[in-house]
Amino acid sequence: MLTIKKHTFKHGVHPPENKEETNKLPIRQFSFAPLIILPVSQHIGKPSKIIVREGQEVIRGQKLTASDGFLSVPLHSPASGVIRKIANVPTLSGKMTTGIYLEPFPSSTQEILEGNPIDLETASPEEILTGIQEAGIVGLGGAAFPTHAKLKIPEGKHCDTLIINGIECEPYLTTDHRVMLEQPDDIFTGIKYLMKATGAKRTIIGIEANKRDAAEFLASKLDGTEPISVQMVPVKYPQGAEKMLITALLGKEVPSGGLPIDVHVVVVNVATTAEIGRLLPHGRGIQERVITITGPGVKKKGNYLIPIGTPLRYVLEEVGVEDSISEVYMGGPMMGVAVGNLDISIVKGTSGIVVFNEKQVHRSAQVYPCIKCGACVDACPLSLNPSKLGILAKFESYDKMAEEYHLMDCFECGSCSFVCPSHIPLVQYFRLSKSIIRKRKSA
Amino acid sequence: MFKQTLHISTSPHLVKGSSVEVIMRNVVWAMLPTAAFSVYAFGWNAALVLVTSTLSCVLTEHVLCRLSGKRSTVSDWSAIITGLLLGLTLPPIFPLWMTFLGGVIAISVGKFLFGGLGYNVFNPALVGRAVLQGAFPVAITTWYDGFGADRFTTINSSLFAAPFMKPVVDGVSGATPLSAFKFDGVVANTADLAFGFVSGSAGETSAILILLGGIYLVARNFMNWRIPVSIIATVFLLSGIFYWIDPSKYPSPLFMLFSGGLMLGAVFMATDMVASPITKWGVMVYGAIIGTLIVVIRIWGGLPEGVMYAILLGNAISPHIDRLIRYRVYGTSLKSS
Repeated sequence: MLTIKKHTFKHGVHPPENKEETNKLPIRQFSFAPLIILPVSQHIGKPSKIIVREGQEVIRGQKLTASDGFLSVPLHSPASGVIRKIANVPTLSGKMTTGIYLEPFPSSTQEILEGNPIDLETASPEEILTGIQEAGIVGLGGAAFPTHAKLKIPEGKHCDTLIINGIECEPYLTTDHRVMLEQPDDIFTGIKYLMKATGAKRTIIGIEANKRDAAEFLASKLDGTEPISVQMVPVKYPQGAEKMLITALLGKEVPSGGLPIDVHVVVVNVATTAEIGRLLPHGRGIQERVITITGPGVKKKGNYLIPIGTPLRYVLEEVGVEDSISEVYMGGPMMGVAVGNLDISIVKGTSGIVVFNEKQVHRSAQVYPCIKCGACVDACPLSLNPSKLGILAKFESYDKMAEEYHLMDCFECGSCSFVCPSHIPLVQYFRLSKSIIRKRKSA
Repeated sequence: MFKQTLHISTSPHLVKGSSVEVIMRNVVWAMLPTAAFSVYAFGWNAALVLVTSTLSCVLTEHVLCRLSGKRSTVSDWSAIITGLLLGLTLPPIFPLWMTFLGGVIAISVGKFLFGGLGYNVFNPALVGRAVLQGAFPVAITTWYDGFGADRFTTINSSLFAAPFMKPVVDGVSGATPLSAFKFDGVVANTADLAFGFVSGSAGETSAILILLGGIYLVARNFMNWRIPVSIIATVFLLSGIFYWIDPSKYPSPLFMLFSGGLMLGAVFMATDMVASPITKWGVMVYGAIIGTLIVVIRIWGGLPEGVMYAILLGNAISPHIDRLIRYRVYGTSLKSS
């Protein structure tokens, strides 16, 4: 059943969407790079342990690392090939981390290894969670938090509602949109696994109105007997944030400092759901993911299924970019990270690659003082006061920021910086302040 | 391929595209019709006052920036707003040296002393005007009738009064509608008030043009419409109540709205973003307080006009309004926030 909602969460912004250029393009398979470089830790949590050695030949889908503890997931080989070396590799944050250099066999059939299938009918919730962990699944929306850990319902709490996040509010990105149009069966299988794992009684698939085709298509696959509904909400950034989506769909607020489970909800990204539905019946691990490559600097824009570990330089060479490119973002332009080194690789959390050339890059010549226009206050989806927080950050009043002005709730969506007429780098202030506050607390 | 160096910046990588300079410039555009009308009504006299006050503010800002070793901030257009506003609050034959002094005080005391743009507690133009009112009580209440036949041929001699001499009071005539009402009980025609065919400060005459400027700014999203609306509504309601009680003693609400500096103050002065509260509810309270003060000062105060003091008081309490009235932060209960 498709429900069209008129109301959504408070505040928020409307950046130009720029999705038309790729939202009609079907997902296409990307070729293997001559050398695949896999950072071992691609998730939030404890890095996994390497279980292969240099010179070893591996099969596509074979585990290269094993999870080390609960908040840790394994890494699977994206291709059949040989491990050339295990050495430090650059990452998006600029830090070096341990990585595996894999050279795919050019003549291999690249068939995927099957593991221990998880049977939907007979598996217990715990077995499904283990299956999700063993499949190496993390939040594909960009957060890269191990999905099984998120699905584990804490003692004394229960889950009523499973929300499938098909919002994709970042401008330019169309991966979730294409996944919804092309992988409906995987999504519905994934939902069944997820409902069983969490004990949720109903599922809502949340989709923004700019993806009406996807909402109607998924709704048409339902016959009305399933406890699943599709809800279409007005377009507004950052609706893809869990808290905003819960408010938009259910009208509830997640308590400050709390998690969705505190209001009996679990939110899972739609591409992650499809991955669960596709991998678990075969006991396979994640080896590739859908990524939108777009932006004015890209020649062959599109939605590509790219093997994990493909070097960014190889990706950009394959799609072709203009000479005048000046910024490359991993993720969307609102929350994505600007790339400083093209030798980094595609990881599980990469949802998009957006390339801007000189013309699009806005380098504000001048930062003005805050004129207290209040644009940020009316943009912040959490109703924080970014203007005041920005001033407090300048005075290094970190305690006041955290205690009186709820800084730690900020999830850095960037709405405040987006609207600021003084071009104050508010999000940057808040990121820095948050890390200082965290350090002080742990010290 | 990849000849260029990659630029690294932090998210968000998109901006909406407005800037302080654009906002300020548009406020100046919005004030121009009002300024033009005052020149039309009062001739070269008003033009000289406006040019002097604007030049004085811009020069002061530039010199102070240079003296303190900072880059000049004249290009952000905010000093021009202050200059124009100050000029519009002065009588059209206000001695030019006093006008110049007002601009210097507005920028130096009203703005620079507090830290420049963004840090001023009070609307700088009103600080300048308040000092002038205290220092030159006679000159600042020396009005001049508009639409004189010779307004584009002669220039009033009191404009060129020598500094620190007893001002030459020349061509004194035409009490403002507010003082006429307050001291003589004469009520002006509302239509004359609205269109600006009355005596008064250079810019406080044409309510219609001021409102048009305000509507332009609201339409472009450069002004918080709640401030003028709440001031106007409060003044209308409060004075309406008194008028209803005793129409012979109290002025009609329409007279209250269209006389004096109310429109200029409500639209262009109380809306100074820096000196007004930041939340939707905060600005409503702020507007209501200013509106109440205007009515109180006009009806019971010793002065015929109260807009300036009402706004200055509103500015002073604005930070406190922001401390008391905040949005409820997502996920918190009203009690804990």
